[in-house]
Amino acid sequence: MHLRSRTRRSTLAAVSAVSALAVTLAGCSGTTKDSAAKDSTGSVAKASANPDAALKKDLKLAFLPKQINNPYEKIVDEAGIEAAKEFGGTGKEVGPSDASASSQVSYINTLIQQRQDAILIAANDPNAVCTPLKTAMKQDIKVVAYDSDTAKDCRQLFINQASSEEIGRSQVRNIAEQLGHKGEIAILSATQNATNQNTWIEFMKDELKKPEYKDMKLVKVAYGDDDDQKSFQETQGLLKAYPNLKGIISPTTVGIAAAARYISSSSYKGKVVVKGLGTPNQMRKYVKDGTVEQFALWNPKDLGYLGAYAAAALASGQITGTEGEKFKAGRLGEYTIGKDGEIILGPPTVFDKSNIDQFDF
Amino acid sequence: MSPLAKLLRWDSVVGALLVAVFLVGTGTTDGFADTANLSAALNDIAEVALIALPMTLLVVAGQVDLSVASMLGLSSALAGSLWDAGWAFELIVPVCLLVGALGGLLNGWLVTRVGLPSLAVTIGTLALFRGLASVVLGTKAVADFPESYAQWATYTQTVPGTFIPYPVALFAVLAVVAAVVLHGAGFGRSLFAIGAQEDAAYFAGIRVKRIKLALFVVSGTVASFAGIVYTLRYGSARADNGFGLELVVIASVLLGGIDFDGGKGTLGGAVAGVLLVGLLRNLLTLNDVSSEIQVVVTGVLLIASVLTPRLVAVLTERRHRRAATEPVP
Repeated sequence: MHLRSRTRRSTLAAVSAVSALAVTLAGCSGTTKDSAAKDSTGSVAKASANPDAALKKDLKLAFLPKQINNPYEKIVDEAGIEAAKEFGGTGKEVGPSDASASSQVSYINTLIQQRQDAILIAANDPNAVCTPLKTAMKQDIKVVAYDSDTAKDCRQLFINQASSEEIGRSQVRNIAEQLGHKGEIAILSATQNATNQNTWIEFMKDELKKPEYKDMKLVKVAYGDDDDQKSFQETQGLLKAYPNLKGIISPTTVGIAAAARYISSSSYKGKVVVKGLGTPNQMRKYVKDGTVEQFALWNPKDLGYLGAYAAAALASGQITGTEGEKFKAGRLGEYTIGKDGEIILGPPTVFDKSNIDQFDF
Repeated sequence: MSPLAKLLRWDSVVGALLVAVFLVGTGTTDGFADTANLSAALNDIAEVALIALPMTLLVVAGQVDLSVASMLGLSSALAGSLWDAGWAFELIVPVCLLVGALGGLLNGWLVTRVGLPSLAVTIGTLALFRGLASVVLGTKAVADFPESYAQWATYTQTVPGTFIPYPVALFAVLAVVAAVVLHGAGFGRSLFAIGAQEDAAYFAGIRVKRIKLALFVVSGTVASFAGIVYTLRYGSARADNGFGLELVVIASVLLGGIDFDGGKGTLGGAVAGVLLVGLLRNLLTLNDVSSEIQVVVTGVLLIASVLTPRLVAVLTERRHRRAATEPVP
């Protein structure tokens, strides 16, 4: 009894002390979101670009993927490392074993110590990597984001795999060709708040407003949460609810694979078109058995290749990251830097029976 | 204790390993001994180091707190959502600390009043606090913290005249406090007594429940403070911040020779364990050793830290026996 009351009293004392501190501090005017002066350090001072400069030899490039054991990112990075050999440089891939927001930071710090010429990063979190990346740029190490962008002032370039508009509109264009521009379609997306998927779906809806699609109707956007089983069930639900459904667009690799799996073993096979974004290894079976005629994705090898050349052009002074600058990316030809240092790889690659066996990812 | 056993006491071994890693790194790897590198490497373990201090006291007393990383995440999520709502940062900090203390109080209450084992309780609150963090902030990230505070937590600002970042300097001060608490006061002796034999400690008049409760409150408070440091250091408040960090903390503490059964260990050993894990990772990363291999290395070290004291005990035992059976000349 005695013990208990003593305990309670000391606990109370501690809690009230902290509360008192809080109240005292609340009294003084503090730093809030609105009063905090926006960070005005600005971006690193830019030298002027010399488009005729030769690519430097012996450049050291480091690829820092979201996590080291992601098969898709391995393809991107290995292609980038190969590209570095083309222009006499060396490349390597380093990175964390987990894709948490902060796991890349210690790697950036060691890359700075190793005096790399350029760091290419697929960011797990756009802001968590900023402090070390800014430190890198201050020490004249070039920073290129690819696949997944960082905050804009923490890198010089962003290699975007495809324009969102192009992904959205091309999905509708392709399915319309397959359906003869008429019939009901549905979309099977990932989660309701997936930024990239929602952007693509907006462009799909906008494309559908054009007169050539007047006989096509989007009946529903379903969400499979990028979960195989849920996507499978949502596909089943769509086909039950809309007996006249002629096509499903799934702009997510998990969704398209689940939809194809359901349709391949059902009576809808050959009657309902499945389209979207998928990987060749997941979709090979369904392309070969006729469930899926074609699907799209960017070519991850080209993404890594372009990243390496962009980093080399940056490190050689051909470009600085300003809109409108041009550089040559080996076999991919000439690229122009767009707004906010963004470079778009190009239209997505379309996979079908004729080319799917050339890809392994 | 025989001289051999003293020499092979695990915490001295860890201390020697730490010095060895430093010397090897300086000798073999460009950039390792640069102050910029050491600042970054030390700052990378700031949160683990801070949380390891109360964890050491808990483990010595035969307890464990697995909810620390989730509390870090909850504190980060709370800081993010309050900042977003326009609160002053000077007010957010004490509120987060208070929530940390309350979380610790919940752990302590369940352990001491309901009489549940701390392992079970804190596995439960590990899930609870992480869940609350997701409720508070959802899946978004808040990132526009004031530059002046953020610099305090990153390695871009160090204590004037040194390469020590502020969070690490604070850890150093708190480590001294914890060392005094554990080795220089009656309170510390009580911790060892509780860890060695809780019932005996109780009957010897030690306020077992009160001490355990206090330890959990301190652990929760320090974990929530680590959440503030983490949020500022990475400039990103997220509900999943620090996911899985509790295992890094416990591994570092065990590596420092703190016996998981309680009743044994030194604070210096735990600090050496934390620093060893941090410096070794930095050295391996500088030499492009893949993260998978790094995990293996840490695992091997950890097993060695558990095995070595046992091995020493067996060897000493044998020597004693031999000495006892040898005929007197």
